[in-house]
Amino acid sequence: MNVQPRFWEPTFALAQRELVRFFRQRGRVFGALGTPLFLWALLGTGFGRHFQASHLGGGESYLGYFFPGMIAMVVLFTAVFSAISIIQDRTGGVLQAVVVSPVPRAAVALGLVLGGTAVAAIQALILLPLSLQVGGQLSLLGVTLAVASILAMAIGVGATALLFAWRSASVQSFHAIMNLVLFPMWILSGALFPPSGWLGKLMLLNPVTYAVAALRASLFPGGGGMPLWLALGVSWAFAVAAIGAASAVVRRA
Amino acid sequence: MPDTLTSDTAASRDAATSVAALEVEQVRHRYGERTALDEVSLRVAPGEIVALLGPNGSGKTTLFRIVSTLLRPSGGTVRVFGHDVLWDPDAVRRRIGVVFQQPALDPQLTVRENLVFQARLYGIGDSERNARIEQLLARLGLLDRAGDRVGVLSGGLARRADVARGLLHGPGLLLLDEPSAALDPRARRDLMDLLAAERERDGTTIVMTTHLMEQAERADRVVMLDHGRVVAEGTPETLRAALQRDVIKIRTDDPQALAAKLRERFGLESRTIDGLLAIEHPHAETFVPELFEALRGEIREISIARPSLEDVFMWKTGHRLGDGEGES
Repeated sequence: MNVQPRFWEPTFALAQRELVRFFRQRGRVFGALGTPLFLWALLGTGFGRHFQASHLGGGESYLGYFFPGMIAMVVLFTAVFSAISIIQDRTGGVLQAVVVSPVPRAAVALGLVLGGTAVAAIQALILLPLSLQVGGQLSLLGVTLAVASILAMAIGVGATALLFAWRSASVQSFHAIMNLVLFPMWILSGALFPPSGWLGKLMLLNPVTYAVAALRASLFPGGGGMPLWLALGVSWAFAVAAIGAASAVVRRA
Repeated sequence: MPDTLTSDTAASRDAATSVAALEVEQVRHRYGERTALDEVSLRVAPGEIVALLGPNGSGKTTLFRIVSTLLRPSGGTVRVFGHDVLWDPDAVRRRIGVVFQQPALDPQLTVRENLVFQARLYGIGDSERNARIEQLLARLGLLDRAGDRVGVLSGGLARRADVARGLLHGPGLLLLDEPSAALDPRARRDLMDLLAAERERDGTTIVMTTHLMEQAERADRVVMLDHGRVVAEGTPETLRAALQRDVIKIRTDDPQALAAKLRERFGLESRTIDGLLAIEHPHAETFVPELFEALRGEIREISIARPSLEDVFMWKTGHRLGDGEGES
């Protein structure tokens, strides 16, 4: 056998496997789309009565404001789901074979993150037209920028989840990370409420805030509360940094 | 890209210079305070089938993980076809196939899809890949199940598919960790037949951990591990022959008293294993009636057996293979 380890082929093989798995698990497709929609409708309607949409920037209603937050939730759920399957696959599944193969460790990290990113992006694209119902505009440029925002968010959050998952010995120990790191990253991202006061300063330290702002500005002209170039720039810088950090962790352990 | 080698030429070059398939020299490993491996050394020649036999906690899985490049030893050297696991893990990874206790297959993918995935990890080209996959599916009797998802296969079939995965890139050394865990006896025999055939065909060196003596019996050589040390080593035949005698086991109410009597009256040293008193004797068939007569009241049960590997292990360590003290 000609054994010639490459970089991109195993990367794509890993990413493709994520996608195939996702579509073969019907319940997962349904849950991944249903849960955010359900929460969007409930939270959006409930909070909407108490928020003044005009202060929020982004659509005319709270449902409009919350729309990018709902997409961020899809990204978060996908990242958490991938991370949990990574932990299981490393101790008793297919990743055991990956780590004893000559595949470069950076390709392992990248493949796993890109797989999760593709899954998140597909779900987000399915949900994107709903933004039209709540005051969004889907121009070609807007959709392109929205996709760029979603990809940055998915790569950043996915790589962060991978970084912690690779260090977790069990799914149980990962739950703490999920509650203390990943979930707050979503809550404090401007998904539910815009940055203001001392909490606002904290939120501006959260890289996910920029990705959510970039998505909001792409879909709702005038929304986002910061220049689009800044939001998108910080989001991609975070995505690249997180991938780098995740690769380093995968290489070491 | 690092140096590219076909494993065929690697294997022939390695054979020509008679490099050991696996060389373990004074390997130590500690988990915190606990010593898992204590100066373990062993050498496996190309084409050999070697069983690492020991109970849970003997250190065999630790050794397996070190050789598979998954764990860095606290000390010592491990080389696979001359390549050091610490200094050149990628060269080692190209030459090893690894079969874990739990199949490293995706249950959502079919058998064939899993093998294609594996081939892509190793950068095996399309044309070569398909031919190799069909060949392995045929050899391992999986052709008619190749389109089934791994999740629906029986344990025995999933294990075979996992062995196909481990063999896919034609590794010089196949490592297996407790390959027959969770298999029924028939599937165990099938697996051993299959591994033996693979060795005949491609000269693949096979090293497996096991706590089952039936499995170790079928290896060319057995290395017995206990508490992180090699306690005995040799072909199954030489290991048994080293005992030189039959094994007599006696069940009694007071093993200590009986042991003292055996020493006084017959000048025999005995061992207590699992509450049974064990003696080795060159002429058990004539000695047992004599013994039974002499100690009639104290013997509840007495048996003679040709020594098994389990007896050899017990003789060396004083306890059974089944004695587990946590996973190693």
